[in-house]
Amino acid sequence: MYTIQKKVELNPTVTLMEVQAPLVAKKAEPGQFIILRVDEDGERIPLTIADYDREKGTITIIFQIVGATTAKLNQLKEGEAIHDFVGPLGVPTHTKGIQKVAIVGGGVGCAIAYPVAKKFHELGAVVHSIVGFRTKDLVILEDEFRKVSEKYLLMTDDGSYGEKGLVTNALKELLDAGEKYDEVVAIGPMIMMKFVSQLTKEYNVKTMVSMNPVMIDGTGMCGGCRLTVGGQTKFACVDGPEFDGHQVDFDEAMARASFYRDFERHAYDETCNLFKKEVN
Amino acid sequence: MPNMSMKKNEMPAQAPEIRNKNFQEVTLGYSTEQAIDEAQRCLNCKTKPCVSGCPVQIHIPAFIQEIVNGNFEAAYQIIAQTSSLPAVCGRVCPQESQCEKYCVRGIKGESVGIGRLERFVADWHNAQPDVKIEKPASNGHKVAIVGSGPAGLTCAGDLAKKGYDVTIFEALHLAGGVLVYGIPEFRLPKSIVQKEVNALMQLGVTIHTNAVVGKSISVDELMESGYEAIFIGSGAGLPRFMGIPGENLNGVYSANEFLTRINLMRSYQMGSNTPIMSIRKVAVVGGGNVAMDAARCAKRLGAEEVSIVYRRSETELPARKEEVEHAKEEGILFKLLSAPLEVLGDEKRFVKGLKCIAMELGEPDASGRRKPVEKTGSEFILDVDCVIAAIGTSPNPLIKSTTSGLDTQKWGGIIVNEETGQTSKKGVFAGGDAVTGAATVILAMGAGKIAAKGIDEYLMGKTQA
Ligand SMILES: Cc1cc2nc3c(=O)[nH]c(=O)nc-3n(C[C@H](O)[C@H](O)[C@H](O)COP(=O)(O)OP(=O)(O)OC[C@H]3O[C@@H](n4cnc5c(N)ncnc54)[C@H](O)[C@@H]3O)c2cc1C
Ligand SMILES: Cc1cc2nc3c(=O)[nH]c(=O)nc-3n(C[C@H](O)[C@H](O)[C@H](O)COP(=O)(O)OP(=O)(O)OC[C@H]3O[C@@H](n4cnc5c(N)ncnc54)[C@H](O)[C@@H]3O)c2cc1C
Ligand code: SF4
Ligand code: SF4
Ligand code: FES
Ligand SMILES: [Mg+2]
Repeated sequence: MYTIQKKVELNPTVTLMEVQAPLVAKKAEPGQFIILRVDEDGERIPLTIADYDREKGTITIIFQIVGATTAKLNQLKEGEAIHDFVGPLGVPTHTKGIQKVAIVGGGVGCAIAYPVAKKFHELGAVVHSIVGFRTKDLVILEDEFRKVSEKYLLMTDDGSYGEKGLVTNALKELLDAGEKYDEVVAIGPMIMMKFVSQLTKEYNVKTMVSMNPVMIDGTGMCGGCRLTVGGQTKFACVDGPEFDGHQVDFDEAMARASFYRDFERHAYDETCNLFKKEVN
Repeated sequence: MPNMSMKKNEMPAQAPEIRNKNFQEVTLGYSTEQAIDEAQRCLNCKTKPCVSGCPVQIHIPAFIQEIVNGNFEAAYQIIAQTSSLPAVCGRVCPQESQCEKYCVRGIKGESVGIGRLERFVADWHNAQPDVKIEKPASNGHKVAIVGSGPAGLTCAGDLAKKGYDVTIFEALHLAGGVLVYGIPEFRLPKSIVQKEVNALMQLGVTIHTNAVVGKSISVDELMESGYEAIFIGSGAGLPRFMGIPGENLNGVYSANEFLTRINLMRSYQMGSNTPIMSIRKVAVVGGGNVAMDAARCAKRLGAEEVSIVYRRSETELPARKEEVEHAKEEGILFKLLSAPLEVLGDEKRFVKGLKCIAMELGEPDASGRRKPVEKTGSEFILDVDCVIAAIGTSPNPLIKSTTSGLDTQKWGGIIVNEETGQTSKKGVFAGGDAVTGAATVILAMGAGKIAAKGIDEYLMGKTQA
């Protein structure tokens, strides 16, 4: 049973859960993810391993409520269980030989970026974290990031907290000021990763991005998660999810992410209606 | 006195225009009378040519004679001596190229409906009140099985019956392999697979779903944690794509993805949160069972027009004959001698057509089949909004890349000793599609049996030594 040990609402739309999953916790590494099904008829959705505790046998997930399944997941309470929970999937973040790294996180992408920042910090690398949110209420993991970062730059679109502007503005300033990174790791909305990659290409700084295409099995069996990277087809679930941002065809990936928009909107509305009924 | 009718008893089936709108089983199975009548067509040949065509050598005339005598349970027990999945194989075996191909009745007229009789017997048995399966006394040896397709299920069952402590590790959330994620409900009801899985659990087999071997735990770690032997039945699940422009447009699926969304995730049911696109016109590229299944599923999802695009001619279609016939009855179109060149997309990157070229058959190639060659200037465009690639699969590289000392073929198939299922790695056995590449249920089941015997001999030899 994948019991929820702890549940914390980090902001109105982002929730953290600590889930009992000993087999996953034993092997989990930063950069990897799990696939879960909320209930017996549920769809399979991937979520990044935000943290793990090998001794307690738990995995932490942090998710944003964006549609039917994440809404259902958010209905579960501490002590209740997630029906299926499989992992760790995907290739762990490459950390070898990197002494100085800029971690760029956007929105809930910070949940995915945080364990990566922490890992680099633990390995003794210099970590500069640049995180961006739409507005102050949505900021997550600030203390956690500060603890593992030499520099922490917080950007909001509306200037309600930190600096006003985009993460790319902040990164550009750092690069222009002469910061030399062995690598930039960008994790967030596809469009943000695309622009970070465009920027770092000009500066010739290697950049890894964490791709999040639609997945089902997560084992390389369906090919639904395929991306074009350097002109070749890659399966994000087994070859990634991290790829060289200078090689990724973002436009194709963004189009693929919108494949089921209509279906998803409908499923979300239905789920919301269902919950309203249950509440009444 | 045998029944000398030249024709098989027809299989009752849902009418094509009704069944192509639902996911219930297409064929309904023989009644008792039909089964006995069909069984009477068997000549009980001394030489049993039919048996030589069955990959697991079921004692065909013997079980058929029991049907003639009305002893259906006795018939079942005869089949069960060599096959563990008769309700499945009776439905999905390519009988026309196996047992029935060699039936003497087929020389003049139609062969005996061996598969249909096998299915009748298995369904009859399954409809009887459940006999409580006794869990055999443990012999104290632990064996791990990777994958719960027909190979893994069979290997697990045979070992459990001998008293082994068996644990299956399955990557997906449901056991059954291709039987649950690939072959559709209308051809193989999932309740049949579930029944087999339940029987295994009664025998004491533990099934760990959500366990990806090579990720959650490796073969080497399984060995270290006390499993004395391991059977790898991980199938051939890696989909091949066509390698043509436009393949990543929205609306292009691998057959695996399309079928998984429908069969495993039940996206065709109201209220399922797994999306599937609403399709209008579909091209399915390929000519095997997988292509037929994808096409027939697409039709059932409400597509107006579904075409099979295949580069050779009808005689070369590798699918079971029955599936091709059923597909045609259901209104699937066959664009034969056609090969895809490019998937065309609109400005939002959704599929809007499939550019193809006509082919003609040239000289026979290495496989003995006549090789299709392009007819210059014969390009044409199919008006479709969905393209499904059903052009084959190969073994997933995950197990090989995470297991030390496991030899494989260049294309990924695990190399084994055919008599024992033993791989190059001590204590590790393998069988099914993981060894042969995409093949059949009955071959996978047979390989599971061989490996169970191999494992038993290996472990018993070890204890005695
Ligand atoms: C490797 C990976 C790691 C991820 N990690 C996180 C994470 O840590 N936290 C987080 O909040 N989100 C994460 N995501 C995204 C998360 O999977 C989606 O937000 C979730 O599936 C949405 O489901 P839904 O039914 O609630 O929303 P829907 O309304 O169904 O979908 C909303 C959007 O989410 C995406 N999506 C939908 N279904 C899937 C699917 N099966 N697989 C992938 N994306 C899908 C699509 O772009 C879609 O438009 C990750 C995705 C991937 C591929
Ligand atoms: C759509 C379709 C239609 C078909 N129709 C027919 C037909 O009509 N007649 C016929 O005879 N054959 C048919 N076949 C072929 C037949 O289904 C296969 O040959 C057979 O299922 C192979 O059995 P298997 O046990 O070797 O592997 P599979 O059935 O593929 O099972 C392998 C299992 O292993 C699991 N697995 C894989 N990797 C791992 C891992 N690393 N860790 C844990 N688990 C893992 C998979 O999830 C899967 O459940 C069809 C195949 C398909 C795809
Ligand atoms: S298992 Fe298949 S080949 Fe063997 S007798 Fe039955 S239907 Fe024929
Ligand atoms: S070959 Fe045909 S007729 Fe002869 S025993 Fe086999 S099934 Fe019966
Ligand atoms: S999710 Fe199916 S291959 Fe990646
Ligand atoms: Mg969803």
